[in-house]
Amino acid sequence: MKEELQELYTYRELLYMMMYRDIKVRYKQSVIGFLWAILMPTLIVLAGVVVRFGFAVTSGKHLETAEIASVAVKSVPWAFLVSSIRFSCNSLTGNVGLVTKIYFPKEIFPLGAILANFFDLCVASVALAVLLFVLRIGWSLELLWIPLLLLVLVLLATGIGMLVSAASLFFRDVKYIVDVGLTFGIFFTPVFYDVGMFGDKGKWLLLNPAAPILEGFTTCITRHQGPDFYWLAYSFAFAIATVLGGYVFFKHLEPAFAESI
Amino acid sequence: MSDIVLRMEHVYKMFRKGEVFNSLRDLIPALTGKMFRRQELSESDKREFWALQDLSFEVRRGEAFGIIGHNGAGKSTALKILSRIMKPTKGNIIVDGRLSALIEVTAGFHQDLTGRENIFLYGTIMGMRRREIASKLDDIIAFSGLEDFIDTPVKRYSSGMYARLGFSVAAHVQPDVMIVDEVLSVGDYMFQKKCVERMKEEIRNGAAVVFVSHNLKDIAAFCSSCLLLERGRTVISGPTQEVLSNYLKRFRTIGAGDLDRSPVTISKVTVRNEDGECLRFQSGERAWIDVELRAHSRCTKLSLSVYITNSTNEGIFDTSTERLGHGNFTLDAGDVYHVTFELTLNLANGIFHPSILVYRYDTQTAYDRWEPAAAIYVSSETDVRGSAHCFPKVIQQTIRTASDSELALGAECSLGPDLAPQGSPS
Repeated sequence: MKEELQELYTYRELLYMMMYRDIKVRYKQSVIGFLWAILMPTLIVLAGVVVRFGFAVTSGKHLETAEIASVAVKSVPWAFLVSSIRFSCNSLTGNVGLVTKIYFPKEIFPLGAILANFFDLCVASVALAVLLFVLRIGWSLELLWIPLLLLVLVLLATGIGMLVSAASLFFRDVKYIVDVGLTFGIFFTPVFYDVGMFGDKGKWLLLNPAAPILEGFTTCITRHQGPDFYWLAYSFAFAIATVLGGYVFFKHLEPAFAESI
Repeated sequence: MSDIVLRMEHVYKMFRKGEVFNSLRDLIPALTGKMFRRQELSESDKREFWALQDLSFEVRRGEAFGIIGHNGAGKSTALKILSRIMKPTKGNIIVDGRLSALIEVTAGFHQDLTGRENIFLYGTIMGMRRREIASKLDDIIAFSGLEDFIDTPVKRYSSGMYARLGFSVAAHVQPDVMIVDEVLSVGDYMFQKKCVERMKEEIRNGAAVVFVSHNLKDIAAFCSSCLLLERGRTVISGPTQEVLSNYLKRFRTIGAGDLDRSPVTISKVTVRNEDGECLRFQSGERAWIDVELRAHSRCTKLSLSVYITNSTNEGIFDTSTERLGHGNFTLDAGDVYHVTFELTLNLANGIFHPSILVYRYDTQTAYDRWEPAAAIYVSSETDVRGSAHCFPKVIQQTIRTASDSELALGAECSLGPDLAPQGSPS
């Protein structure tokens, strides 16, 4: 594995160019590129506001700004996770010419897709920061948790991305399964709701490795508290296991890529 | 540092024929089916196909090595294994240094990016650093001859421009091993020539080139040694001249019609020059073709035709005993007929296939046909292209300034707006 990682390192400039290509193509018309980056998070926030409004009406309360902020804070990383997985899933099958013709470490495709989506995440975060300022959420030292949370998030996306990209090369319907999974994943992940609403049963929801990350973002950004350390450690361990598993799986199948397309 | 930069050691490649599952929808029922009916499926799993068997060769620094073979001989598989896209089933490949493959030079382009951006993208795909590309950028653009269009998205390029840009990047990678797969067939003649010059320069600078082609003519012009593949196996490998002779000889056994029923069959065809049997000629040299026929029962009004096809299977020459004024002939059972044709080979550089046909003209019956009866290699001193050699010479060449009246006439005769060249570059 050491040699393979070294090879990936020698091709780091290609990874940069792949990311640049994806971003450049998407942002060629700058307005559309920017809208693309915030389109999905915005829609998720709007859907979340509707759901939260429903909760508030049934429980006879008013919809608080902190709740809107919480949905907004969680939808940006969720949108990143969803589009990273979706883009990396198609990254190999969409570049058949390169996969079958020229040799280089093929994990560059899913990794490039994830990096390009990370760029979108950064753009969307600027928009989110403006929204949080308008909603007067304020700041605290707990914001220092954000880099760690982002790291866990990116690791998780990378692991899943490598697994699904290689799998979708061999089985063309993996793409549809992933699509269905991502569409309904939002109901099993605390984006619209908070884990706290489920009381003791909330811990079952936290078994979803994305849940402690998203909960961590809201806790430290909107509630100015530290995230639940043990659950975050669980997500971290899960993400690292996925990256290692995904990488080994990808590299194991890589020699057969050109034959099975 | 060793002199050998590329070494293939007993490489085997096996493919599995039969059912390939490329969706879970097909795989899951098949797997559950397999659990219940184990034997039936395992039969189809065993259909193996060896695309390459025991391929070994080595290429030294500054050497051009050719791989020839017909379609399906295993060239593409050998190429994919060389460029590390596929792993061999058995055997080893050792590459010492940077390897670049000019397999399909435009696979790395992105439609929406400009020519300049694609140079960087494709260059990094080929393993170059961005700084390295930036320092060679002017050379690459100049080589492609696309200075005016370099900031245009490549989706507006013609296919010729596409190929030129791709090759220009690939030509500047400066690899230790360069794999070339008939890419020279793209682009116009001038660009091809530029590419060949560039490859020769790389070889002089110590790169090794592996050239894969089904066209022996290109291999002979370029490679000092080569290897002939047939159905995944090495037929012969060694100096190009030896392989070439062997390749030409292999054609002699091909042919023969329906021997049992035909009343007359071709028994022997020999191509020779003054000194005897020969398959390699100079343009303009004379060749003799001896043909022997055997009659098994009485045949009347026979004629014998000799025709030549070029390497792309176009008929370029055709004649017969009858058309040469010798009328037709009659053979009785047991007769042996012999004829010698004398041909002047006004042919350009390349491989040609003489073929022989025995027929009866009035009933349009073909009795026997050897196609091809042989393969001959013609080489020419002068650089002419095509099939025929007209032995051209430039007799006079002058340049003068056009007079005013000629200019005025030229303006009048100029093409209308819809016929004028659109300035589209390709």
